[in-house]
Amino acid sequence: MKATVLIRPKEGILDPQGEAVGEALRTLGYAVTSARVGRLVDVDLETDDPAEAEAALAAMSRDLLANPMIESFTIEFEERT
Amino acid sequence: MSDGPRIAVVTFPGTNDDDDAALALELLGAEPVRVWHAETALPGGTAGVVLPGGFSYGDYLRCGAIARFAPVMEPVGTFAASGGPVLGICNGFQILCEAGLLPGVLRQNRQEQFICADVTITVESTSSAFASAWELGQELVIPIKHGEGNWYGDAELVAALEARGQIAFRYAEDVNGAVGRVAGVTNEAGNVLGLMPHPEHAVDSLLGPTGGVAVLEGLLDAARLPVAR
Repeated sequence: MKATVLIRPKEGILDPQGEAVGEALRTLGYAVTSARVGRLVDVDLETDDPAEAEAALAAMSRDLLANPMIESFTIEFEERT
Repeated sequence: MSDGPRIAVVTFPGTNDDDDAALALELLGAEPVRVWHAETALPGGTAGVVLPGGFSYGDYLRCGAIARFAPVMEPVGTFAASGGPVLGICNGFQILCEAGLLPGVLRQNRQEQFICADVTITVESTSSAFASAWELGQELVIPIKHGEGNWYGDAELVAALEARGQIAFRYAEDVNGAVGRVAGVTNEAGNVLGLMPHPEHAVDSLLGPTGGVAVLEGLLDAARLPVAR
């Protein structure tokens, strides 16, 4: 099954990239208060069991995809059709 | 052949300061031995390890995040756990932080720019295995060249590191936004040191400042200490 891990800079953690993006948007005339830049990882898992997938994704996020000191992560599953 | 301590210099795919690290160590009387990241053991007689600078694995995901899983990191971890001195420079520092061998994490520079400049750092602690010849407050001029050198630890971690003397170096002036101007830290045992400035580029007055000599000699001093391995 397919899932997406969203990784964000934790609240309060300096995000120079987000600040630069926010500033650029303001320069373009958009009424932007702030912007934060994270990253997303699309993962295709072998399992079709949602609980197993969620556990595996949480483990891989802690092990590699996010650095828990400065980043948080959320896991989103693709809608099944 | 040098009869100085044997120092393993690790090369990951994307490492680019390994040649300079080996040259500098040789100049200071050590015996550098090159080690490829896929090795599962350190060379016999290894008395110290250098993880040099560069862009291991293209800095994908986060700097150092993938190098941490390289096969060679297992014997490096074992070597460090048994008290062997390990020095991480720039990307090597990032790798050691990601591997949990050093506290904190290196983030993107505050100014969102790659910085290449000679900077002054000060010795903030003399409690590590590297510091037998260092003096508190001693100033060293060493070049930096990094885009992600902005060290971060939360307030609790910083207080603990300060209390235990694990802040090895601070920048004399803020250069990249690092919390507390931290330029280098050690582990609690004092045998693993990481710093963003490049001591291997600062050992020959023909090429600029020579503040790197004290840092690398610190590694050699540590490598000469008898430790249980």
